[in-house]
Amino acid sequence: MSTSSVLYDHPGPRAKVRNTVLSVIFGVALVGLVYWIYSKFDQANQWEGWLWKPFAEPKTWTQFILPGLWATLKAAGVGMLLSLAFGIIFAVGRLSEHKWISIPAGAVVEFFRAVPLLLMIFFVFYGLPYVIKQPVTAFWSVVIGLTLYNGSVLAEAFRAGIRSLPGGQSEAAYAIGMRKTQVMQLILIPQAARAMLPIIVSQLVVLLKDTALGYIVAYPELLQRGVNDLAANYGNIIPAAMVIAVIYIIINSILTWFAGWLERRTGTRRVRVPRQRAGTASSTVVEPQG
Amino acid sequence: MRMKRMAAIAAAAGLAVTMAACGGDSDEAGSGSGATGIVGKAESQKKLVIGVKADQPGLGLQTGSQYEGFDIEIGKIIAKGLGVDAGNIEWKTTVSANREPFIEQGTVDLVVATYTINDERKQKINFAGPYYIAGQDLLVKSDSTLTGPDQLAGKTVCSVSGSTPAKRIQENYPDARLQQFDSYSKCLPLLDGGQVDAVTTDDIILAGYAAQDQYAGKFKVVGSTFSDEPYGIGLKKDDTTGCEKVNEILKAAAADGSYKAAWDATLGKSGTPAPELDTTKLTHCGA
Amino acid sequence: MHVFSDPKNFDAFLSSFLWILKLTGASAVGALVLGVLLAAMRVSPVPVLRGFGAAWVNIFRNTPLTLVIFFCYFGLFVTLGLSLSQDLFLNIYWLGVIGLSTYTAAFVCEAVRSGINTVPTGQAEAARAIGLTFAQTLRIVVLPQAARSVIAPFGSILIALCKNATIVGTIGLMESSSVMKDLINFNGDAVIPIFLVFAGTFAAILIPTGYFFGWLANRLAVKR
Repeated sequence: MSTSSVLYDHPGPRAKVRNTVLSVIFGVALVGLVYWIYSKFDQANQWEGWLWKPFAEPKTWTQFILPGLWATLKAAGVGMLLSLAFGIIFAVGRLSEHKWISIPAGAVVEFFRAVPLLLMIFFVFYGLPYVIKQPVTAFWSVVIGLTLYNGSVLAEAFRAGIRSLPGGQSEAAYAIGMRKTQVMQLILIPQAARAMLPIIVSQLVVLLKDTALGYIVAYPELLQRGVNDLAANYGNIIPAAMVIAVIYIIINSILTWFAGWLERRTGTRRVRVPRQRAGTASSTVVEPQG
Repeated sequence: MRMKRMAAIAAAAGLAVTMAACGGDSDEAGSGSGATGIVGKAESQKKLVIGVKADQPGLGLQTGSQYEGFDIEIGKIIAKGLGVDAGNIEWKTTVSANREPFIEQGTVDLVVATYTINDERKQKINFAGPYYIAGQDLLVKSDSTLTGPDQLAGKTVCSVSGSTPAKRIQENYPDARLQQFDSYSKCLPLLDGGQVDAVTTDDIILAGYAAQDQYAGKFKVVGSTFSDEPYGIGLKKDDTTGCEKVNEILKAAAADGSYKAAWDATLGKSGTPAPELDTTKLTHCGA
Repeated sequence: MHVFSDPKNFDAFLSSFLWILKLTGASAVGALVLGVLLAAMRVSPVPVLRGFGAAWVNIFRNTPLTLVIFFCYFGLFVTLGLSLSQDLFLNIYWLGVIGLSTYTAAFVCEAVRSGINTVPTGQAEAARAIGLTFAQTLRIVVLPQAARSVIAPFGSILIALCKNATIVGTIGLMESSSVMKDLINFNGDAVIPIFLVFAGTFAAILIPTGYFFGWLANRLAVKR
């Protein structure tokens, strides 16, 4: 079912009237709700000038929000690259014919998909230094946490992608005398990666949002700098949170739109997830971590 | 075409691996771990890394790229005493929970961050100071009738999760309802809005918040402290020399007026006179 | 393991997971109802409803959950005065449930919508041909068939929801991540066992859940 319009008939005169009436009722209710919220915030003096004035000053942007945004993007960018590497390695590992590779790879992926990111970042920051006898910076705690989780999600996505390719692809490759590594490198991964591109970009949205959990180790990302630290200076925590939320929504909307555009561009080549062993399949795509 | 894509993926993976490798020996790794402690480091490298708070007005507040507050001024005095220019100090944001690990792992050389000296912490690190004796207190609305922690039963108190003040409320005043956040700046709008009856932590921190422009006149510090929080300067456990040196610097600062100047430039702005630095109470540096 | 032999710590550990399970349970129901409703809106003939559904999904899917939970506390409770319980923790709990439900509903909505797309066009066309209205087509014909194909995504969403419940700790609920943080703060010598116990409990609950949903999805899958 490609378009939702097959769900209802083309509206006739009565249906048109009914739809208009419903639109108006719902619209009015919505506007009423928004106005009520607005006036409540007004009563709580949340629209007062001094709360919003800091956002008109360049210092707020150059010293709080933009550095925070940069830290967020940096952690997300590095985290994404590492996640991709992690994802490819563990997807291939899990598809390996050798049990001593595929079982540990599977266990690692399953474990890191099941542990909350908040716990992981916290552990890397406070616990890992005891193991490696070296401090771990807040930046690397966030990045490592993000990599382990998102890498595991991507590993599952890649695995589904590789398995969804028609069997003829690898059979043909073997037939012309390629070795296993060659088949994987030259035939399977490139095709799977192309089809997985939209998923990779949507995972980037998840990753970007998850950098916000860096607050737990005081990583100076957008939420920490733009909401907590800014409010410590100006005492305007609710307006600050609103501004930061809008920034997140704008950036992530662009990424989501980009994912959609890629998906449309790659069009028919979208991965069909094999049904035989569901659960490891399309499910991974929409995982809504923090 | 295929080759190109493969190459791109390989490049991405390679880049990632390189970055991971770089992460292993990040710049903090080697700093401050010299056997000669902070005195030696200050002499040889002429720079110091000092851990401070970033979200406590009056004490340690990050205002954009700068830090300001009483703790920062104390940090500068110590650096000067060790022969390090203020410009060569690297300030590093710490939160309550990571101060000991930062010292133990050498991420920072010193910690000046509303750091209460206590026996539990002394097992892991060394303390110089105290440079100020704070006490846990309550911040309430100006018209509140609360006068002390004994009246907290059934009232809601706001504090930071995992902090000593929060733990003290839980243990000593179990009838109080404790709302916890990750930073005090989240408690203040609640006090303003009446959702909590009091905010609790050290009096000096509360005074810093109460003195902020946007809350001027709205809140008051109750003024009946119910604990002693001697603020120390944290260093590595085995750095006795460094600790003694810091104590000497503090003594000198009390004598030559730079301690008072540090207070007047920060917390003293609200009119509170500078406290006396009681040099007889300085620690023995674990000796 | 000496940390957990102290009954006080052990109780804190247990009650923290109880909060997680309670948050997950209530939010799963809320998100399911809300998400299906939103999906129905997004495919409905009324433009305003479609716009509302799309806006909801775009806003909540693109905002960090930490901020959504923040707004539930500072927006709904502090500013709008919505107090859901006299008890401090119960109030936070319900605010957390609202935040988790509204956030997760966006993902449920998208899963249902793509589930609807897996139902062959002929099904809806036939339903319309025998005179069913939009609501009837959706309720009687399309959604029951779509349900089978959304089980796997639902499993993933449920697992993510359970993990996301830890974020309610940011507004002061003593759930697992907050309790773990406290235990580590006061037992610096036992960091690794503490982490393994907490992470292990999540893994012990969630990995089987994942396999269960996989099995269920496979069993109920429409073989086409």
